[in-house]
Amino acid sequence: MSALALIGPLTADATTPTNYENLSFFGRDPWWLILIKVVAVFAFLVVTVLMAILFERKIVGYMQQRIGPNRTGPWGLLQSLADGVKLMLKEDIIPTAADKLVFIIAPLIATIPAFLAIAVVPFGPANNQVSIFHHRTPLQLTDLPVAILYVLAATSIGIYGIVLAGWASGSTYPLLGALRSTAQMISYEIAMSLSFVAVFIYAGTMSTSGIVNSQHSWWNCLPLLPSFLIYVVSMVGETNRAPFDLPEAEGELVGGFHTEYSSIKFALFFLAEYINMVTVSSLAVLMFLGGWHAPFGLVSVWHGANSGWWPVLWYVIKLVLFMLFFFWLRATLPRLRYDQFMKLGWKVLIPASLVWLLAVAVVRTLKNEGDLNRSHLIYILGPVVAVLVVLWIVSELRYRQTSAVEKAEEAATAAKPFDPMDGGFPVPPLPGQTLPAFTPRRPRAALVGALVESAEASELEAGDPDV
Amino acid sequence: MNSYAPILVLGGLAAGFAIFSVVSGMLTGPKRYNRAKLEAYECGIEPTPQPVGGGRFPVKYYLTAMLFIIFDIEIVFLYPWAVRFDSLGWFGLVEMVFFILTVFVAYGYVWRRGGLEWD
Repeated sequence: MSALALIGPLTADATTPTNYENLSFFGRDPWWLILIKVVAVFAFLVVTVLMAILFERKIVGYMQQRIGPNRTGPWGLLQSLADGVKLMLKEDIIPTAADKLVFIIAPLIATIPAFLAIAVVPFGPANNQVSIFHHRTPLQLTDLPVAILYVLAATSIGIYGIVLAGWASGSTYPLLGALRSTAQMISYEIAMSLSFVAVFIYAGTMSTSGIVNSQHSWWNCLPLLPSFLIYVVSMVGETNRAPFDLPEAEGELVGGFHTEYSSIKFALFFLAEYINMVTVSSLAVLMFLGGWHAPFGLVSVWHGANSGWWPVLWYVIKLVLFMLFFFWLRATLPRLRYDQFMKLGWKVLIPASLVWLLAVAVVRTLKNEGDLNRSHLIYILGPVVAVLVVLWIVSELRYRQTSAVEKAEEAATAAKPFDPMDGGFPVPPLPGQTLPAFTPRRPRAALVGALVESAEASELEAGDPDV
Repeated sequence: MNSYAPILVLGGLAAGFAIFSVVSGMLTGPKRYNRAKLEAYECGIEPTPQPVGGGRFPVKYYLTAMLFIIFDIEIVFLYPWAVRFDSLGWFGLVEMVFFILTVFVAYGYVWRRGGLEWD
């Protein structure tokens, strides 16, 4: 799969690497235009979140043969707004054991940085500007040479909100939930950040507009398919969403870090979680799915597809599809166990992304520095594939060995007769086990007689000291 | 520096929104005192007393945090290298391969010693 994906762009895109980063369009807006754009992206985020919550409930409802919310507004469209107003009017409980100041600040720390990432998301091409009140401006709030680094930094601050919320609650479940949440987010952040490196290699820039520009002929999800898959898995873990929603495992931890939160503070955590979903979906779209670029083939049919306001539509369509993917996951997959989850992050995603990164770097250097054609590629990929196959066979053999050992142990335990008192207290037999044959107790009189006899016997044996 | 101004404005708007929500939530909601309501929630049983100073946690969380720092620093080195990848050529590639292999050695050691096992 990866070999096929590599050969395509290598042969198709044989031009010399160009510089995609061009930040000269940004930082030129007058103050009133900045205000308009800030309010616009803010409103976009809030409306997206409100709609996303409704769509999630609707879609999960339909997938479970229910209707979902349909009482507030047409088709339940005002449901999230009604929920927000209701939460606002509820009592704001601060537990006695809580650290009051940190308890109040924590939701703010979680929410405010979550809003920041949208600032560098490109809704349209930087050089194809639209006119707002006769002022030409790119469809993007701003762009930085370190835009992706800025997004990672901003979203990481949100973790502090979760840790502090769990700690300040002064309660057991929030504390455990916060610990889990932190370990989970930092573990998956590594895999997530590593999957970006290959994109930077291809784009030669960290600015979001440059990364989207670099995908004009091929969306990164095709040549960098493994990176894309690693990113998709780790972004679900990063946002604490099902099937990786372990911090909110209600059977184990009640509500996780926000157990003690009520009223609007709880709503802010909820808002932050959904904004983070929008952020990671936006990152997926702009890093791997071509950002605002029109779907494949559309530009050759219709040349204006990537100009004017149209790019916003393509971007929003891709974003919505990604959000739907989140909801689909939630309705489909059961939650993982915590050790399985950490194993996936540390033992699969991180080594896989590092190995893939090395492969991308080697192939890219060969392509840049020398004359690379298909036969060379086979010489390079051949040994790599051979090594991977050998590793796979070895691991498979080892797995079979261990499973054979486990089977032998199972057989040994099954061969032993069932003892209901084995663990110290009586247990009923499992299917396949049979109770040992019932031995009726000796009659009580006989038992007492035997005891008396044995006591006398022991007395005789010990001898009477008085004699 | 002009490119950073919109971020500040957006951050200000977000902070205003969040602080306004929290403050107005405190003002609009009812306040009815009830001692049991203000206790820590543990499904209705008496709350477990919290250890003074936070108590002790499983060492695995510390281990995870330390490993995270190692890999995060690796990523910090990888990002600028990736951005300037094309101009660095073979030299950059070989250097980075050595660096990643060095980290891999530490990673393999941690794996063998069971640092990645979660019970």
